Amino acid sequence: MKVIVNIQLKNGVLDPQGKAVHHALASLKFNEVNEVRIGKQIILDIAESDKAKAQERVTIMCDELLANTVIEDYSIEFPTC
Amino acid sequence: MLVAVAVFPGTNCEIDTKYAFEKLGQEVVLVFHKEEKLPEGTDLVVLPGGFSYGDYLRSAAIAKFSPIMKAVIEFANKGGKVLGICNGFQMLVEARLLPGAMKRNENVHFISQFHHLKVINNDNTFLQKCFIGELLNVPIAHGEGSYYIDDAGLKELYANKQVLLTYCDEKGNVKNPNGSVDSIAGICNKEKNVFGLMPHPERAIEKILGSDDGVKMLEGFIN
Repeated sequence: MKVIVNIQLKNGVLDPQGKAVHHALASLKFNEVNEVRIGKQIILDIAESDKAKAQERVTIMCDELLANTVIEDYSIEFPTC
Repeated sequence: MLVAVAVFPGTNCEIDTKYAFEKLGQEVVLVFHKEEKLPEGTDLVVLPGGFSYGDYLRSAAIAKFSPIMKAVIEFANKGGKVLGICNGFQMLVEARLLPGAMKRNENVHFISQFHHLKVINNDNTFLQKCFIGELLNVPIAHGEGSYYIDDAGLKELYANKQVLLTYCDEKGNVKNPNGSVDSIAGICNKEKNVFGLMPHPERAIEKILGSDDGVKMLEGFIN
């Protein structure tokens, strides 16, 4: 089963990469951009067919390793394919 | 004193750290990350700088699960003294032995230069040989050294005198190279046996190389 984990800096935590990219977009005259936040996406292929079980396991993976919950939020998605 | 310096794949400051403590007359053992035990009689564990596991995912995110880290965490929880320098500091926050977290530098650049630091608290083993307000000139070299902690955590750090060092200019005025909260460069835990800082005192032990201000810092651990 494919599972997608999206990780982002928490709201209120300054995102220096996002800010740098925002400046770069502005210098290219994309003035309509209000804010840029950069996160990461981790795509897992796991040997589990039960969605609830997968959700539970991936949540533990996020808390233990994939995200640093002091500064990051994460969301778990199950892509339809 | 027996100093154990942990070595992970990608660590690159272990030899400098060993050299520094040996220069101060101490016995130093390098301990590979696959070891499950610290050497018998270890007085101080140093987690040195570098790029453990390529800093993949986040700096020090993977190092915290190394076999040796279990022993280090156990050692720290029993009151053993642990010093994390640069990547080692990142390991200590990732392992939750120190509060807060580390982010990319505010200007998104890797910064490698001498930088002045101000001693904020000295009632701890590490900085006992420095005086409050003393300025130290020590190299920094990091890309993810922007220290973050929330407001409540920050208040607690100050209340317990856990803020050790802040970044400043040569006159002691605030100068923040990386966007750290309150320009914090180093902290310790509440129990004052676990210390972390981004600057490299082990690279400042000889005047001919720019500064020997690191000597009185590292000497704090030596009786």
